[in-house]
Amino acid sequence: MKKNSHRTQKIAFFFLFLATLLIVVPVGLIVVMIIQKGLPAINWQFLSDVPRQGMRAGGIFPAIIGTIYLVTGAIIFALPIGLLAAIYLSEYSKDSMLNRLIKLAIVNLAGVPSVVYGLFGLALFVIFFKFGASILSGSLTLGIMILPIIITTSREALESVPQSFREVSLSLGVSKWQTIRHIVLPNAIPGILTGTILGLGRAAGETAPILFTVAAFYLPQLPGSIFDQAMALPYHLYVISTQVPNVDEKIRYGTAFVLLALVLFMNLVAIIIRYKFRKKKKW
Amino acid sequence: MRKFKEFIIEKLILICGIASIFFVVLIFLFLLKEGLAVFNIVSPFQFLFGKSWYPISEPPQLGILPLILGSLLVTLGAAIISIPIGVGCAIYIAEVALLKIKEILKAGIALLADIPSVVLGFIGMVTLVPLVKNIFNLPTGLTALSGSIMLAFMAMPTIVSIAEDALYSVPKNYKEGAFALGATHWQTIYRVILPAASSGILAAIMLGIGRVIGETMAVMMITGNAAVMPQSILVPVRTLTATIAAEMGEAVVGGEHYFALFAIGIVLFIISFAINVTADLFLHKRQ
Amino acid sequence: MVIKFGIKDLNIWFGSTQALKHVSMEVLPNEILSVIGPSNSGKTTFLRMLNRLNDLNPGFRMSGEVIFEKENVKKIDVELLRRKIGMVFALPLPLPLSIFENVAYGVRMHGLANKKRIAEKVEDALKQGYLWDEVKDRMSESAFKLSGGQQQRLCIARTLAVEPDVILFDEPCSGLDPISTAKVEDAMVKLKEKYTIVLVTNNVKQAARVGDRTAFFLSGELIELDKTEKIFTVPQDKRTDGYIRGKFG
Repeated sequence: MKKNSHRTQKIAFFFLFLATLLIVVPVGLIVVMIIQKGLPAINWQFLSDVPRQGMRAGGIFPAIIGTIYLVTGAIIFALPIGLLAAIYLSEYSKDSMLNRLIKLAIVNLAGVPSVVYGLFGLALFVIFFKFGASILSGSLTLGIMILPIIITTSREALESVPQSFREVSLSLGVSKWQTIRHIVLPNAIPGILTGTILGLGRAAGETAPILFTVAAFYLPQLPGSIFDQAMALPYHLYVISTQVPNVDEKIRYGTAFVLLALVLFMNLVAIIIRYKFRKKKKW
Repeated sequence: MRKFKEFIIEKLILICGIASIFFVVLIFLFLLKEGLAVFNIVSPFQFLFGKSWYPISEPPQLGILPLILGSLLVTLGAAIISIPIGVGCAIYIAEVALLKIKEILKAGIALLADIPSVVLGFIGMVTLVPLVKNIFNLPTGLTALSGSIMLAFMAMPTIVSIAEDALYSVPKNYKEGAFALGATHWQTIYRVILPAASSGILAAIMLGIGRVIGETMAVMMITGNAAVMPQSILVPVRTLTATIAAEMGEAVVGGEHYFALFAIGIVLFIISFAINVTADLFLHKRQ
Repeated sequence: MVIKFGIKDLNIWFGSTQALKHVSMEVLPNEILSVIGPSNSGKTTFLRMLNRLNDLNPGFRMSGEVIFEKENVKKIDVELLRRKIGMVFALPLPLPLSIFENVAYGVRMHGLANKKRIAEKVEDALKQGYLWDEVKDRMSESAFKLSGGQQQRLCIARTLAVEPDVILFDEPCSGLDPISTAKVEDAMVKLKEKYTIVLVTNNVKQAARVGDRTAFFLSGELIELDKTEKIFTVPQDKRTDGYIRGKFG
């Protein structure tokens, strides 16, 4: 009997291990594959040249720049709103009904399919506000999409600042906002930074929200203003993988590599910041 | 003066605090604004259950049943694959793996969550699609099955991390109690820990499925995009999300096609809203 | 003589549990009032009522009134009230700033920008807290580098820097060794010339050493309040007697 149940356990654990391998091994393979096939495509010309011959030659420079513009715009919009929203949740409305409702809204905002953000951006920014398909419309759409990430991580960072610091500051007759501004925020900055960078990474990789709000199919020049259309890396990868026949495999893998490297680099930076400051923490 | 400044700042904080609610409502309102017009052309019943989606024929036929079934088929396939594997992996990480390996596994799964969906779509096109084609000897590998496998893979980070969280937060004394009664580790997991974490695991599954239904780029790149009633899992299908992504570029603003695509957006919004609210209830029940 | 605090029929609840029951008492100027009692007797709740720090706790409700210098504390601007009533917490709680900035924090926030004046106030406060000689050469170091006793005296100096009338001590020596405790107690006795002090303590002997008057709390009720020597020699209530003899605690 005892022996039997140990054998059952062994079999069960083997299957659990198998399930884990089924997830982790493909992840490793995908990354290795993209590095192996993409890295040889990377050279200075690929990174700095515009696409040529209907995207079958040349580089991806405008797409890189477009993505940088979009991500920057998204963060300029989302960081202030997200940070203040996080301050509201962590410092002002603990345990209230409204707090609960806001959290539910954030969960839903995080769950809205990315293509629906695209529709929303099209209806509100492109058409209603008449921004047209432009960097501005795309940035705002991406900004709203990454808002939940920024709010959630910033709130965690703010809440991890010990309550006693707040009490000390308030007990000196310092106002609530001064306490937040001078005690809570400075000590939450690493966490907020982490959240911001994670948001950046997410915005850089998304395709569906920019499909109808900004992305240009083939625009071998740099955008001149925020009201211009732009190419973007993820959309470019989509286009050369599905819409343009006979694109050299090297260019596809090269583009995938640059996009993946960009996103993973940002996530790596976020992890390093978190790790470094956790070690340095004084309380 | 300082008091006045702080008064303004605190009002600003309140406004940003409720911005999330504002945006959710705004998204829904704008979907309604652009999408409801489709019901001047077709009835809601015809729209949801009509079997033909020919939006650019004359007159347009705007039945989204093939798209709903496409989404359902792909999602169902993904759920069947991802639930046992995802929950199994979560159990392995939470209960069986050694601490060091645990960190590596978690990092690997977090890595998966970070890979942009268009990159996964691209990789699926060059690896999974030919594989499915060859194994089943099909004219094309761009099928519902390929989509299901890819989406199951993409749902993993959500399922594993939330389920692992739920398993981890089962009080330690439950486990010690079971051990004290002479149960093996597996018996403890199976009879004590899994039931105790069930509502959290359910939430994990629901949110994973939510992710699957909402996924756009990868699914558009590998399911073949045929907006017809699917007959099997080995034929091309077209999901709700892919339809919007693929066709909005060609739709004329203010035209019937345009309205219909927004109406699909309404359907997607309602589905994701329902899933997220329910999952949130499950997660709260746990606490 | 103006009474510092007049407390009338004070009841406090956190959610459904009542933390203080019908407390009425007075705090006199320039005295050290010790508040003793077992844990969960409502001592700290009482103390945090005086500077309205209880307001931060979820589920806080109260009835009755607390009068500070003839005015109800609810009517006084809370920031002004807390400037006048400083507080030193149970554990040394330096802010994550330098030694200098810890002491300067309050005055800076209250609008003083003149660097020379700030430095003067910091020096003055540190001298009153008997810490100046130990830290004057290392003002820019992190406050966390100080020893526990030094940190607690830094907290006292930080409180003094904003020039309060009253200082509330919430078990200020609970984390300290006997030598550091003696230093903090010395500081308290000297401080009462200028300030009114309310000292909540778990340490009955400490109350006997430094308190002019002593209040005994039990299960949220004020059992007895009298001159310290009377409480410790001829207590009126046998529960007080039992507690100070160590029969329960």
